[in-house]
Amino acid sequence: MKITYLDFEQPIAQLEAKIESLRSSHDDHDNLDISKELTALEKKSKKLSEDIYGNLTAWQISQMARHPQRPYTLDYIQALFTDFEELHGDRAFSDDPAIVGGIARFEGQPVMVIGHQKGRDIKERQYRNFGMPRPEGYRKALRLFRLAEKFNIPIVTFIDTPGAYPGIGAEERGQSEAIARNLYVMAELKTPIIGVIIGEGGSGGALALGVVDQLLMLQYGTYSVISPEGCASILYKSADKASVAAEALAITADKLKTLGLIDKIVPEPMGGAHRAPEEMMASLKVALKEELTRFKSKSIKTLLVSRYERLMSYGKFKEVAEK
Amino acid sequence: MGWLNKLPQKIQRVVGADKKTVPEGLWSKCSSCQSVLYRKDLEDNAEVCPKCGYHNRIGARARLAQLLDAEGQFEIGANVQPIDPLKFKDSKSYAERIKESQKSVNEKDALIVMQGSIKSVPAVVAVFEFKFMGGSMGSVVGERFARGVQTAIDNKMAFICISASGGARMQEGLLSLMQMAKTSAALTQLSKAGLPYISVLTDPTMGGVSASFAMLGDVIVAEPQALIGFAGPRVIEQTVRETLPDGFQRAEFLLEHGAIDLIIDRREMRNRLASLLANLMRLPAVA
Repeated sequence: MKITYLDFEQPIAQLEAKIESLRSSHDDHDNLDISKELTALEKKSKKLSEDIYGNLTAWQISQMARHPQRPYTLDYIQALFTDFEELHGDRAFSDDPAIVGGIARFEGQPVMVIGHQKGRDIKERQYRNFGMPRPEGYRKALRLFRLAEKFNIPIVTFIDTPGAYPGIGAEERGQSEAIARNLYVMAELKTPIIGVIIGEGGSGGALALGVVDQLLMLQYGTYSVISPEGCASILYKSADKASVAAEALAITADKLKTLGLIDKIVPEPMGGAHRAPEEMMASLKVALKEELTRFKSKSIKTLLVSRYERLMSYGKFKEVAEK
Repeated sequence: MGWLNKLPQKIQRVVGADKKTVPEGLWSKCSSCQSVLYRKDLEDNAEVCPKCGYHNRIGARARLAQLLDAEGQFEIGANVQPIDPLKFKDSKSYAERIKESQKSVNEKDALIVMQGSIKSVPAVVAVFEFKFMGGSMGSVVGERFARGVQTAIDNKMAFICISASGGARMQEGLLSLMQMAKTSAALTQLSKAGLPYISVLTDPTMGGVSASFAMLGDVIVAEPQALIGFAGPRVIEQTVRETLPDGFQRAEFLLEHGAIDLIIDRREMRNRLASLLANLMRLPAVA
């Protein structure tokens, strides 16, 4: 697959193109020794990559989180789980392809996996509604949460959405209620829930799969109350200020870790998950295994107590002395 | 433009020449039916237009005064006050915005929580102050809400929340989003304690507030004509590129679509909430 480079990756793209052309021209004249030049160029490329990826701005990270070649939920499910059986529908209105879910095994252990799903090409993007769920999607997730609870199966959610879909039908069918109900039910669900932000964590639409016991976040994921563009157009009166808004909103993994809103950052391969998907899958597998093992020994009672305490601890404010 | 400016100006406006002086604030015009109303009549009518029934937005304290019995009110969480955890700055810093709102609205944040009673039925009532940064929900709103719910549980009382909010407060970033989870979680405990939660939606109830506790009421009430929804009408219009149906996201529309239980006129709110609560809590009927 040809790699799509983002704007800020152009210097890397050019260098890599140069290396590639040198390599291919070498095939034609194999009596020429270019290994020295190649090594030098590769070294330079590595250094350039380290410089660029080591100093990404929040806005650049949001571009990475939305990269069209980034692995999506079904890619992770395929790589990390076996025996996946997708379960469809909310039993009331329809099946929303923007959320996928089903029962699978993780290293032999039955697990319920649920996640937002984006599309790869134009047709699939439309079919998946760009990963923006309608109420049916959240209600399907809710049904699967309950199913997992009933059979005492842990849940893994994959979060990757620009947000819940702002459409007429979605409003008519109770988008707000669908999200709210998930928050409520996840808060008291009697089975462990582990969440992974694999791409974009877009506001309430992400949170509706994000009330969890442990929240992992990929290095180049984002999680935000509003998209940088949305915030920019409201507060800065210009969508061009998205990069400023991205910085101000503190949407990146390191900032959120400092704020105590996520538990663990899963490092990505150089250049992002899409540059070396197998490597990404392998490191996420290790992280997930650790979490799932940890929750095995916890009683449901202690699990619910610590989940509630965790939820109640969210927020930063001051307490002044009573008058 | 040229020729327009050259037209002889026959009718000229003389500033201040023909205006009768009316004392400030004695009269007001209904923004719905345009009737000119005596300010005092409007106040006596719970800020509902006596001519057309239009519900004007009202402040949190005025709302509490309308609903609660005068005796035995205790405010909850007043000592919980906002900070600027992200050092957020757009055209102004969040710290400045907080200060300005606190000064102009005379409240410390956008949610006021009061323990009291409605026609002798004990309840904790949380009310949004829309004037405080659009009633947006940040850490203080979430914490006061949670403390209100806990007080209701501790005292075996009902909990009521009267929403008027644009949604989550952007200036606190993800901390605001998490208040959706926090408030919703608090309600699971109220429910476990077998205590009723009535959610009253007033104009407007949007975004993160609508998509959390506001839609989780055992009974969900709305005021007439209140705008209630997840996404704002403009965002939807830009996304779907269609004209929105008449009355879209209004209380009546939600009632028709099965999203809320009932619509109550503000002038009847106190009586009917008291009666609903008494019924749910199997207390003697309220007089």
